[in-house]
Amino acid sequence: MTALLTRRSLALGTAALLAAPSVARAQASLRLVIIGGGFGGASAARFARDTYPDVQVTLIEPRTRFVTCPYGNLVIAGKRQLPEISFGYDAVRARGVTVLHDRAAGIDAAARSVRLAGGQSLAYDRLILSPGIALRWGGIEGYDEAASELLPHAWVPGDGGQTALLRRQLEAMEDGGVVGLAIPANPFRCPPGPYERISMIASYLKRAKPRSKILALDAKEGFSKQPLFQDAWAALYPGMIEWVPGNRDGRVVKVDPRERVLETEFGTKHKVAVANVIPPQSAASIAIEAGLANAGGWVEVDPVTFEAKAAQGIHVIGDANTAPPMPKSGFIANSTSRQAVASAIALARGGQPPGNPTYFNTCYSHCGDEYGISVVNLFRPGGQGFVETPNSGGISPRGDHPEQRRLEAVYADAWYKAITDYMFGA
Amino acid sequence: MRIAILATAALLAAPAMAQAPTRQVSALSAPLAAYACGGCHGVGSTGSGPVVALAGRPEQEIVSAMKAFRANERPGTIMGRIARGYTDEEIAAIAAALSSWR
Repeated sequence: MTALLTRRSLALGTAALLAAPSVARAQASLRLVIIGGGFGGASAARFARDTYPDVQVTLIEPRTRFVTCPYGNLVIAGKRQLPEISFGYDAVRARGVTVLHDRAAGIDAAARSVRLAGGQSLAYDRLILSPGIALRWGGIEGYDEAASELLPHAWVPGDGGQTALLRRQLEAMEDGGVVGLAIPANPFRCPPGPYERISMIASYLKRAKPRSKILALDAKEGFSKQPLFQDAWAALYPGMIEWVPGNRDGRVVKVDPRERVLETEFGTKHKVAVANVIPPQSAASIAIEAGLANAGGWVEVDPVTFEAKAAQGIHVIGDANTAPPMPKSGFIANSTSRQAVASAIALARGGQPPGNPTYFNTCYSHCGDEYGISVVNLFRPGGQGFVETPNSGGISPRGDHPEQRRLEAVYADAWYKAITDYMFGA
Repeated sequence: MRIAILATAALLAAPAMAQAPTRQVSALSAPLAAYACGGCHGVGSTGSGPVVALAGRPEQEIVSAMKAFRANERPGTIMGRIARGYTDEEIAAIAAALSSWR
């Protein structure tokens, strides 16, 4: 039967299976609005455009260039340049997505409309909200937006300015200086990110400023891929990195931006040459202002549809939701975007969301030249939320595996290309 | 191209829907799982640099490879860790979808 059908009729066949034909006709101009053009939103736009030709897809993103968080640590190390991790929306637009470079200023969940900073209101049938995170200014005493111009976070890339600032400060530092990092408690964006950053800064210092040190002050007692990172640090950067866990007074509670002092819970003051302060985080402000977030500042979602528990018709993906034990990663944002879109459109048409979903994550980290490590996770809906599939996934093997490390660094690059191609490629 | 892919997978999944009337499962389910491969294997799993293409490979070849990875009988950097998370049925559905992609 398949061979007799044209591509066009195949497309109609899909629609027929998803919803009764009469419903599909009535909803021919279903409006899917997506807020946020990052890993969640751009992936959602791609999937929606490829899969549902009759749905209007509108993407709202204030920036005309998206700078990725992944591979930002390689820019900080001088291994890549900012333009190599920056992407425009021409291909997204060419695919048939209406891209509005405006800021979503508010959501009226009852009226199903989004208010844009430019004044326009945009009606939707279903909203995909992928706004990312906000930094909690003041979560560390003395650390506000002005302080971040002296002590960069480089955790929300924006136009890339923060990433570039941290790079410049490292380049300007004298050999023998101490680079301090403040690392937050869970949950936060990109669990292995701070430790990849430590590795990448160390790789730069080893090459350019070998007498320098890294002091990593952590609010936690443990972290993602910890044994692998610590093995790599011992092998590649012996004596350079000191990691101080929370239970050894690692939690930074206060900063003095002008003096570049990081002060910990029990009053220890660490004066450093360069400070990278990664502050506590929450869902982006639009999610909180729309009343979608819980007391912790994150949006609780249905584990099958990603619809916000606090509002119908709004599916929240990416780092803004809370979906433990799933990590706040670009891969998860991408992986869950398709389930969210398929659910949103099925529900809008009176159908059922795709059943038995699997959410897949692979996070690679670069530890040094030709030295990559990874963690793999597979999750499914279960209980009241998400459950990691038993006896699956896990981190790369420990021990002496130079070929595995080399290949994982190569495959990390392939992953970055694949996922950014999906989001921004032709 | 992508439309044809989904439609094919939808047609493959349709009999399962008919057999399980108590729980309606969308036809998109299997292809969504297959999309995860594209995270590393390239858009549409057509390959990304040194990471091999999966699209259009014989279904049985993909099933055998996944089962060998799962049983730790085939060396790999991360595929063993991945394959151990999927059931026989899911591997079959993913392989069917990937095989139909071009």
